[in-house]
Amino acid sequence: MEKFIEVSNLKKYFPTNSGTLHAVDGIDFFIEKGKTLGVVGESGCGKSTLGRVLLHLLEPTEGTIYFNGKDITKPGKRELKELRKNMQMIFQDPFSSLNTRMSVEQIIGEPLLIYRLCKDKWEYEKRVLEIMETVGLAERLRRVYPHELDGGRRQRIGIGRALALNPEFIVCDEPVSALDVSIQAQVLNLMMDLQEEYGLTYLFITHDLSVVKHISDDIMVMYLGMGVEKAGTKELFENQLHPYTKALISAIPQINIGQRKQRVVLKGEITSPINPKPACRFAPRCTYAKERCFKEVPELEEVLPGHYVSCFFTKEINNLS
Amino acid sequence: MAEKKRRSGPWLDVWKRLKKNKLAIVGMVILGLVILISVFAPFIAPYGYMEQDYAATLQFPGREHLFGTDNFGRDIFSRIIYGGRYSLIIGIGCVSIAAVIGSILGIVAAFYSKFDNIIMRMIDIVMGIPSFLLAISIAAALGTGLRNLMIAVSITSLPAFTRVVRAQVMTVKEQEFIEAARSIGGNNLRIIFRHILPNALAPIIVQFTLGAVNSILWAASLSFIGLGIQPPSPEWGAMLSAGRTYLRDNWYMSVFPGLAIMITTYSLNLIGDGLRDALDPRLKQ
Repeated sequence: MEKFIEVSNLKKYFPTNSGTLHAVDGIDFFIEKGKTLGVVGESGCGKSTLGRVLLHLLEPTEGTIYFNGKDITKPGKRELKELRKNMQMIFQDPFSSLNTRMSVEQIIGEPLLIYRLCKDKWEYEKRVLEIMETVGLAERLRRVYPHELDGGRRQRIGIGRALALNPEFIVCDEPVSALDVSIQAQVLNLMMDLQEEYGLTYLFITHDLSVVKHISDDIMVMYLGMGVEKAGTKELFENQLHPYTKALISAIPQINIGQRKQRVVLKGEITSPINPKPACRFAPRCTYAKERCFKEVPELEEVLPGHYVSCFFTKEINNLS
Repeated sequence: MAEKKRRSGPWLDVWKRLKKNKLAIVGMVILGLVILISVFAPFIAPYGYMEQDYAATLQFPGREHLFGTDNFGRDIFSRIIYGGRYSLIIGIGCVSIAAVIGSILGIVAAFYSKFDNIIMRMIDIVMGIPSFLLAISIAAALGTGLRNLMIAVSITSLPAFTRVVRAQVMTVKEQEFIEAARSIGGNNLRIIFRHILPNALAPIIVQFTLGAVNSILWAASLSFIGLGIQPPSPEWGAMLSAGRTYLRDNWYMSVFPGLAIMITTYSLNLIGDGLRDALDPRLKQ
């Protein structure tokens, strides 16, 4: 078991007028090489910030990030440029993530130019066409501008741009949430094929549970900047241990006619991430919350093999010995 | 950008939309004519602009002198043709200087937030002074002449560019493709010139054409009050001013230079309005 990406106690705070916003507040996880970690959580829970901090599009406030055994928490300018060759990102919105003034060829070829990876124009064009073929874009589209294409094709351009530098690790920030369902499947399958072919490691951020079930090996559930549960995909969908995850999974619509499913309905609003009290973030909405939950922050603990939960009362709630 | 290889892309769409706007086409034709006439002035003008004929002073417009003659017997038509050179140099020159310097300041202010306050407060100070008063003060302090006039007009029209560019860069730089450019290793210069500027260009172009109008008017006004280009140079504003004492009997001395200013600025305004509509994709039909 090789820890390809390892993150410990990662924090990202934003100063705001009304206090410090704890977007990511002490996250620990690791991803093995060639695997996919799905990160799920409701909007505003810090998923996207987490991805951006990993790629140093935002600087972490605290904590460490290891990439392939190397500490990359505070890279120098040159180191960062080298690093970005290996870590790329696929963005959520295929409309705003592509420069409308650049053609498909220019968008996909830009990383090649920045890193001077091609000796001459001929090699450059060959490489661009190669990438376009890999992501399933026809050659005739090379001089076309993004606004002439549909969402699925646009997202393929975004994937092509991310692949151009042959990265090993890709952060996918809700790459299919802006696409309609039929295209979602195409793009997801493309991403899975690419993973198999190039041995890519993904951090897959989404709020769509069916998508994350389809693509992930492991899933981490986030709530207000903290990881509340992490387990293998199958394990998480069958045996949720954290009260929040239980509510989340029970919210998936079922199509069993005549059989009513018990739904765990959460009450109340998500608490503010600005200057949070040192307590379990989920406590105000948790049906099992006791006094201790409002006073201490629970740590992510390995309750079952490979199954991490951050809750003081995991064993009591789930009748585990 | 539109001329590259296969002609396609956003700029071509803009051109297509601009072509549909008849008024903008009229503006471009007029401006084209003004430019041609100014460039080929020595071949078109029937007389030299300094040529005095004391036998024919204050002639009413007629066959010999199309727009009449002034109090020195100079042919007004010829002087207006030569005067186009000044107006165009000032109009396009000043606005270019203002656009380049103003854009740089705007980009720096929007992109490097630590300079934002310094630059924008300085711009606020300049904007706080009524622009014509500012132009007068600068022109008066530097003295008369084409170069000083251009400096005065450029400084006066600079703040508008800085504001427009800053606002535009700020909206563009928050978009995801800027983050994408950073994640593929693009440095600040590349991000500014390859990604932000092409997407921020539309309002700058509109500001450019409308700024040219203002520059011509300011230059004419400064010359009118005697702070700009000095007689005997055939500047339209100066000609307007020279004619005002004869306005009662010899109206044509002032009316024709005035018309020339009006037509030129109007054509630029038409182009500016047309460009603004063509560059705004929300008006796409």
